[in-house]
Amino acid sequence: METIQDLFRNKSAAFGLMLVALIVFTALFGPMLAPYDPLIPAPLDRLQGMSRVHFFGTDSLGRDIFSRVIFGSRISLMIGGISVAISLVPGTLLGLTAGYFGGWLDSLIMRFMDILLAFPAILLAIFITAILGPNLTNTMIAVGIVYIPHYARIVRSSVLSLKQQLFVQAIGHLGGSTFRILGKHILPNSLPPIIVYATLGMGTAVLQAAALGFLGLGAQPPQPEWGAMLSEGRKYIQLAPHVAAFPGLAILLLVLGFNLFGDGLRDTLDPSLRSQ
Amino acid sequence: MPIDYLIRRLVHLLIILFGVSVLVFLMLRMIPGDPAQLLLGEFANPEELAGLRSQLGLDKSLFTQYWIYLKNVLQGDLGISIRTEIPVAQEIFVRLLATLELSLAAMVIATFLGVAAGVISAVKQYSIFDYASMFLALVGVSMPIFWLGLMLIYLFSVKFSVLPMMGRLSMGLDVPSWSGLVVVDSLLAGNVPAFLDSLKHLLLPALTLATIPTAIVARITRSSMLEIQNQDYVRTARAKGLSNLVVILRHTLRNAFLPVVTVLGLNLGLLLGGAVLTETIFSWPGLGRYVVNSLMARDYAAVQGCILIFATLMVMINLLVDFLYVVLDPRIRVHD
Repeated sequence: METIQDLFRNKSAAFGLMLVALIVFTALFGPMLAPYDPLIPAPLDRLQGMSRVHFFGTDSLGRDIFSRVIFGSRISLMIGGISVAISLVPGTLLGLTAGYFGGWLDSLIMRFMDILLAFPAILLAIFITAILGPNLTNTMIAVGIVYIPHYARIVRSSVLSLKQQLFVQAIGHLGGSTFRILGKHILPNSLPPIIVYATLGMGTAVLQAAALGFLGLGAQPPQPEWGAMLSEGRKYIQLAPHVAAFPGLAILLLVLGFNLFGDGLRDTLDPSLRSQ
Repeated sequence: MPIDYLIRRLVHLLIILFGVSVLVFLMLRMIPGDPAQLLLGEFANPEELAGLRSQLGLDKSLFTQYWIYLKNVLQGDLGISIRTEIPVAQEIFVRLLATLELSLAAMVIATFLGVAAGVISAVKQYSIFDYASMFLALVGVSMPIFWLGLMLIYLFSVKFSVLPMMGRLSMGLDVPSWSGLVVVDSLLAGNVPAFLDSLKHLLLPALTLATIPTAIVARITRSSMLEIQNQDYVRTARAKGLSNLVVILRHTLRNAFLPVVTVLGLNLGLLLGGAVLTETIFSWPGLGRYVVNSLMARDYAAVQGCILIFATLMVMINLLVDFLYVVLDPRIRVHD
């Protein structure tokens, strides 16, 4: 409870949470908020500027950009959540295993993680998407796989320090099983850095997925994914800059929200990392 | 620096690079689509396809293909691009220089802007400038750089027509290729119009690529400066009557620079990743754009070569940063 109060006292974290909440609200009530169908083209209205009829203008097929941005929020939040889950679950398990058992298993797991970390993140994501095929599901898988080593490293370092703690050693001496020690004592105590990284990771996942969409490797038309909308807007940057401007702004706000909230969460959950 | 630590790190580096080469090799073979079919088109007859597969070595076992590849790589032969039929090493070298030029320019921008913003923020802690610059830094790390690039193109190339939107040099201008860096070559050749033109071409992509590193450097510089500002020796320097500027430049910034150097080094890896997007937006003929195009065309040799180069650069940079850290701060000792 105190943690939550601390978090809300942090102005930038509260602002970040507000941004994220606003976008979650938009995603939940999208069909009620969007004035037009985001997928149906209206050729007579193509590339119109901002007006009272179309707040954010229209795209090359005459679709209302405001409605598409609203529906795009659902896709981006889904990408963020699922990608983070894909990285978090195996990353945590690998980190727990490597840190607790040590020895050759630790070396094997962590060297493999090092190999994955040797690739620039976007390049590895592009590579995986190229193998799996360009679509939304594969984008989430690709972005998820890219960040597995980050979670593995964080969890491993937590486990290495926790397993030296007296209470963990005592449970071991008292006959506590490995599963019990890991699941009931080490994992819950490793959670704060994982939660912080996962929150910040949501923003990173949204950015990476948007980048893949921008390169044509993510969500495919006519899905209103923000990165893919930006990619389309690129073709009309001279004629109609608003086509690219608004989806990009939406990405920026969502990622900023996650980053502000993640920073605040880190200050609250792990004061040793507090930025001055 | 203990020699055994150095050897251990180099062995580690070789293991990573070997792992990267195996992983890239296997992953490329999993990409759906036959490169021979792609090259000859859908109307190629089976004999032609079989002939090309044999010529490319695709009819051999995976192990044999990898073994041949590894042997060639160790001799500096990265294969022949199936698209351009030019040796991949040659293609990569030319494009790597273009990426290097862009990354170095971005690094210079990030260092100057980031350090300046971080220092002023720390010196004027809790001022409007401090809040504004740290908020901007957070916006910087949250920004999709491909969007920023497009917006800069619209603003400076389309609306005000003051900067070019793509390429490295305008048509009609020519500079000899000595270093491969157009800005440097035009300067060396004494060709002022080409120099100014290349700088103009470099500005927007470099600014775009520098956004995230600038933000990170600003945040690190600020927190590092704040930490150092409260040290006894800084207080002593002030007590001696030294001016604020001297204290900042000679005592605070100099010592606060260690984490900044680390971040700058690690950001070189970030720049390599960022180059993929920036080069695509600005049609910059670098390695990032080349690897994306090669991947789309299933040009195995080119992709393998590029990724190997990217990964080598990443691990080398990490190693160099670690060494630089020890050199810059003799108190840091290498532990097992």
